[in-house]
Amino acid sequence: MIVESARGSLHVASQGERRRHLVDRAMAAVAAGTALVGIVALAWILGYVVWRGAPALGVAFFTERPLPYGEPGGGVGPALVGTLLMLGAAAALSIPLGLGTAIYLAEFGRGPFARVVRFVVDLLAGLPSIVVGVFVWALLVRQVIGHYSGLAGAAALAIVMMPIITRSVEEVLRLVPDGLREGALALGVPRWRTILGVVLPTARIGVVTGLLLALARAGGETAPLLLTALGNQFFNVNLFEPMASLPVQIYTYAVSPYDDWHTKAWGGALVLVLVIGGLNLLARVASRARRL
Amino acid sequence: MRTLPAAPPPATAPLERPALRTEHLSAWYGTRQAIRNVNLDLAARRVTAIIGPSGCGKSTALRCLNRMHEVVRGARVAGRVRLGDEDIYGPGVDPVRVRRRIGMVFQKPNPFPMMSIYDNVVAGLRLTGEVPGRQLDAVVERHLRAAALWDEVKDKLRQSGASLSGGQQQRLCIARALAVEPQVLLMDEPCSALDPVATFKIEELIGALKEQYTVVIVTHNMQQASRVSDFTAFLLAGADQVGELVEFGPTGRIFTNPADQRTEDYITGRFG
Amino acid sequence: MPRELYQAELQDLNRQVLLLGAMVDDAVGRAVQSLQTHDAELARAVIAADRQVNEKRFQIEEAAIRLIATQQPVASDLRAIVAILNVIVELERIGDYAAGIAKVALLYGPHPLLDAARFLAPMAERGQGMLRRALAAFAAVDTAAAEEIAGEDDAVDALHEQTYRALLAEMLADPQVVDRATWLLWVSHDLERIADRVTNVCERVIYKATGVLVEINVSTY
Repeated sequence: MIVESARGSLHVASQGERRRHLVDRAMAAVAAGTALVGIVALAWILGYVVWRGAPALGVAFFTERPLPYGEPGGGVGPALVGTLLMLGAAAALSIPLGLGTAIYLAEFGRGPFARVVRFVVDLLAGLPSIVVGVFVWALLVRQVIGHYSGLAGAAALAIVMMPIITRSVEEVLRLVPDGLREGALALGVPRWRTILGVVLPTARIGVVTGLLLALARAGGETAPLLLTALGNQFFNVNLFEPMASLPVQIYTYAVSPYDDWHTKAWGGALVLVLVIGGLNLLARVASRARRL
Repeated sequence: MRTLPAAPPPATAPLERPALRTEHLSAWYGTRQAIRNVNLDLAARRVTAIIGPSGCGKSTALRCLNRMHEVVRGARVAGRVRLGDEDIYGPGVDPVRVRRRIGMVFQKPNPFPMMSIYDNVVAGLRLTGEVPGRQLDAVVERHLRAAALWDEVKDKLRQSGASLSGGQQQRLCIARALAVEPQVLLMDEPCSALDPVATFKIEELIGALKEQYTVVIVTHNMQQASRVSDFTAFLLAGADQVGELVEFGPTGRIFTNPADQRTEDYITGRFG
Repeated sequence: MPRELYQAELQDLNRQVLLLGAMVDDAVGRAVQSLQTHDAELARAVIAADRQVNEKRFQIEEAAIRLIATQQPVASDLRAIVAILNVIVELERIGDYAAGIAKVALLYGPHPLLDAARFLAPMAERGQGMLRRALAAFAAVDTAAAEEIAGEDDAVDALHEQTYRALLAEMLADPQVVDRATWLLWVSHDLERIADRVTNVCERVIYKATGVLVEINVSTY
């Protein structure tokens, strides 16, 4: 039974209403279209990288060190090892700092000091990574350590990572409902244990996601590493010596005049994309694992 | 002309001295005063209800009883709250210890979502470091039974606390609060987020709890207050928006023959 | 003002109570009259009318219970309804007494009234007066008036005592009249009980106002 109201029947009647419908559908189509353009562009880039880089891949590519031009084989082995080591060291430096700052800002930060801290973190987040590199070069490479080193590279990456960690963790901590904090306090749990035992575990998915994203970002940084870790043709696990890294290796291969090395650059790019893409995917999977 | 005899004394006189007693309790949020000069005797192992219109300060008063009020920045308390002989606001008193003796259950059930039901119940013990070792299983069962939840969850203790219905979550929070073995249990509108059946179950539970614990419940539902409590306190904010205690007495008397006209007007619904 | 609906229903109930009171007041008057004028027709009418009294009482009771269930009254509102529930019981009993007096009128027949019966009319008037004023006190919640009215019960008791002695004397003097004297004693008893019931109504007025239930009706017997 159609309910007749003073405004007439429920069916679309007038010309104006039909036009409105068409406009609605047109807008939907435009939005879908632009999304499609984005996806097509992304797929194109990825496809191109795969196409150019796949020929370079092989066991040797992953395990051998870069060889002088003319010699067959060679690969990005040291660069992979170096990237992993420096990321690890950067994480060890930035995670405690970033987490601690985030906890301070989310749980305690109310006064003017907190406002300053937040401002500085935002500033750091927007700093161009080459500026970070120059700073670490001036402080660690010129002064403290005296030469290019993996540690300086890790320090630079840590400075890049820390604000990302702080901002995303602070946000997740703020999302934890106050009711949980109150509930824990009302049980007679001291403040610090409330934070460590209830708030952080509740936000752990968001925290892990934030860390993974920070790692993914740092993994792709090139400019600061050029000025701090420099690069190394040989396998090196000593952080106090110059260290190779994937982005720098790609750069080295890419600016060379040799076609073979260009292919290797594409191969390196492919590996980097896979690594960073993998980290991002992991972050996504983790965040969907269990709802807060 | 015959003279009328005096009114008979209240029938539910408490048996022990009050578990908790407030003396000239006042509280502020920054510069804004919320309650003034509240004097309450909270009878041991009885249920006392605090009622009053919105904004009268009843939740504030409740939160002063276990030093939760001061968690809010800028909040301040004056007056004394005696737990037995000790003033919980006395110098050198640790609020964390106070809250272990005076527990609280909130309006919106707040089980820890990343913990299982089992872990939720013992969370208070674990996080305060008072883990009784191998007896955790017994502790969990005892307090889930005390909260009338054991039969419903005994086969799914490892499931997340958030997977329960609203009423069950609230009972889980009660079990969690009881596991720390407080003397007093404060309840801030524990049923207002729940459906009538869940509300009924919790009211039954409160009736059972008072055999062991002193219960203080804030509620805006007067019928609930009259059903559940032995004593009722009526708080009202005057023209200056500061809440004061208008009347306090046995629930039966308050609801049949209140002494103060304002109480009468409130409980009969003659003002909001 | 909030709870207007409730207040309106309560007012209506009070009106019904007054109506019931008027019905039984009328019944008492007509019953005594039927005895004095030996009017069998009137007596039968009074007995028949008692059924309506009972119906009215149950109607009020149902309405009161419904009001409790739906409105959950407390404090003075609750006492008001409880008082109504009790008062209608008293009134309905008064109606029963009136019917009893009418039955005696039928049984007594056309025989002349004994001399001792001269106290009955004053007793009835006293009782009816008390009833009217008690109902007014109920409506106005006038505790002072209620106490005063209850005090008049003594006078009715005294009249009953006098009737009893007079009837006794007549019975001793002339055993033939024992039959009629006994019926008249019954009437006197009914009229005395009517006054007692009115006293109970007064007690409920005080209860409604103060929440305290007191026994005013301490008999001298």
